[in-house]
Amino acid sequence: MTFIPTDAAPSAPSRKVGDFKPDLLLTQEHHLCPGCGEPLALRILLETIQELGVADRTIAVPGIGCYTSFSSTIDVDLVQALHGRAPSVATGVKRMLPDRCVFTLQGDGDMVNEGLQEVIHTAARGEAITCVLLNNGVFGETGGHMTATSVIGQRTKTSLDGRDADYHGYPILIGNLLAQLQGAAYVARGSVHSAGAVAKTKKMMHKAFETQLRGGGFSFVEVLTMCPTGWFIPTADGPGYMDDTLGQVHTMGELKAR
Amino acid sequence: MARRLMEGSEAMAEAAIACGCRFFAGYPMTPFTELLEHFAKKLPDVGGVCVNAESELEAVGMTWGALATGARAATGSTGQGLSLMQESFAEMTLAELPLVVFNMARGQGDYFQSTRGGGHGDYRHIVLAPMDIAEAVEHTQLAFHLADRWRNPVLVYGDYLLAHTSEAVDVSPVDFGPVPAKDWAVDGSLGGSGRSRSVSSLGIGKHGNLGPGIEAHFQAMVPKQEAIAAAEVRVETGFLDGAEVVVIAFGTAAKFVRYVVRQLRDEGVPIGYVRPVTLWPFPYEAVAAASEGVRGVMVFELNSGQMVDDVRLGVLGRAPVQFIGGISTDGSGFGVGDLLDVDVIRGRIEAALSSFPEGARA
Repeated sequence: MTFIPTDAAPSAPSRKVGDFKPDLLLTQEHHLCPGCGEPLALRILLETIQELGVADRTIAVPGIGCYTSFSSTIDVDLVQALHGRAPSVATGVKRMLPDRCVFTLQGDGDMVNEGLQEVIHTAARGEAITCVLLNNGVFGETGGHMTATSVIGQRTKTSLDGRDADYHGYPILIGNLLAQLQGAAYVARGSVHSAGAVAKTKKMMHKAFETQLRGGGFSFVEVLTMCPTGWFIPTADGPGYMDDTLGQVHTMGELKAR
Repeated sequence: MARRLMEGSEAMAEAAIACGCRFFAGYPMTPFTELLEHFAKKLPDVGGVCVNAESELEAVGMTWGALATGARAATGSTGQGLSLMQESFAEMTLAELPLVVFNMARGQGDYFQSTRGGGHGDYRHIVLAPMDIAEAVEHTQLAFHLADRWRNPVLVYGDYLLAHTSEAVDVSPVDFGPVPAKDWAVDGSLGGSGRSRSVSSLGIGKHGNLGPGIEAHFQAMVPKQEAIAAAEVRVETGFLDGAEVVVIAFGTAAKFVRYVVRQLRDEGVPIGYVRPVTLWPFPYEAVAAASEGVRGVMVFELNSGQMVDDVRLGVLGRAPVQFIGGISTDGSGFGVGDLLDVDVIRGRIEAALSSFPEGARA
């Protein structure tokens, strides 16, 4: 146990959590918007890889979205996939290198719209990879359009009066869908809208990767991330808005663990 | 290794495995299905993997991932299935991945798809068009070599006839010479070192070694494709000495055409042939040389006249070009139609012969 001496001035200035950069990040610079939740989710992911000691046997397969800018800043070997195609590319990687740790990184547009069948079949096969979804319920990179996870009432550039079930259909709760599949070993939905949520999501990320590393089968972590730009709200309102809207539909928690 | 009587599909799978292919993914479709079956049966025995993918989109995606690790890997389908893979074909070319694709085509209607591609942007694939199973075995092994040598996709254009007929062939590995080391592949070992790698079509590396960027990367692919075009033209010609007319055909149809040309030559008809072995790069120079001073050039292909475009670019007005082929399949649309017949081809050649102007040769 570390005792903090209180009888003298601190030997170094105090530092906040935000001052620490994950070792697997080559630079703290990024081009994402203020208030974006994706850097927080990335931090959880990179810290997990580092804490599990598998950085030197990990291969990332990111899709295409705002988070693709991390492809050049994360210090892990990487295969860049097309929009929607990360799970199949990761499958090819894992089948050739079965003792490596392989994960995908996709947004909701990438995974749940463009390539939905990929993640479903990959889960059904019990492919020993970890799929990470950054779900903000909107196409952020194109500027705020409706995705398959946008919630009822959500205003986007392609649902200007709010998502209407009669006109646009209902959102897909991808985590719940995947949890039903026999090949899926671990499925959880976390969030980064509060410090507590970040801590819980980090535990989920650990369990997901641990599932892969012990050969347990397919694992999946969905992380709800703020997108104030794509939600057309003030930056500071992002966390609260998420809790009130996306978070009420895509509810946090472990959906499956075996 | 001794020769063994094998169906074309089996021979091509055996040849691929013999030269080190360890991953295959595909989706069943006639007449490609048996190739997938043979990979599924044979790859596990050599420590390889064959995935019966949920669609052609995932088949090519899985192959992409396998290739990125440095493995020799392939996918395939019919032209219809390859239509679904085009986005990945275009991007894998820009990612410089040594993909091998088998098109067990329904006829020859995929000439444009093979040589022009249905994907986006500026890219070309080397296209090998074997005329029989023995050559399909050679081309299969050559495809893996050329893909590795150039870090560029190579397509082997097969068909129903190649897939479903049998020949006695030897599939033992052929030495085509050395290929560059795959120092671009990822194995996961460089994470945390500051030197981790990316396999990407975007020309973007890692912070500190960001690479050329999209525009410069796309521009850099142009001279590479020009170098391939200059180096890899393959063509077979026959009876061009004294030929007054020339017939041009590719793939299995070319073997029938060659037989007819030999027949006619034996009977004293001054006719020769050109068989493009690579459809890209196309043997424009050979076609140009063959068309110099002849009365006419015929093109026989089992489609509405696709290769005719390339033949005209080679002939460049030196002689009249006449299309004598056509769309021809069996009732299913998958198999061999009435046109692929020596007597029918002979009839079409003789009809065209009489239509060309007399005495063009100087």
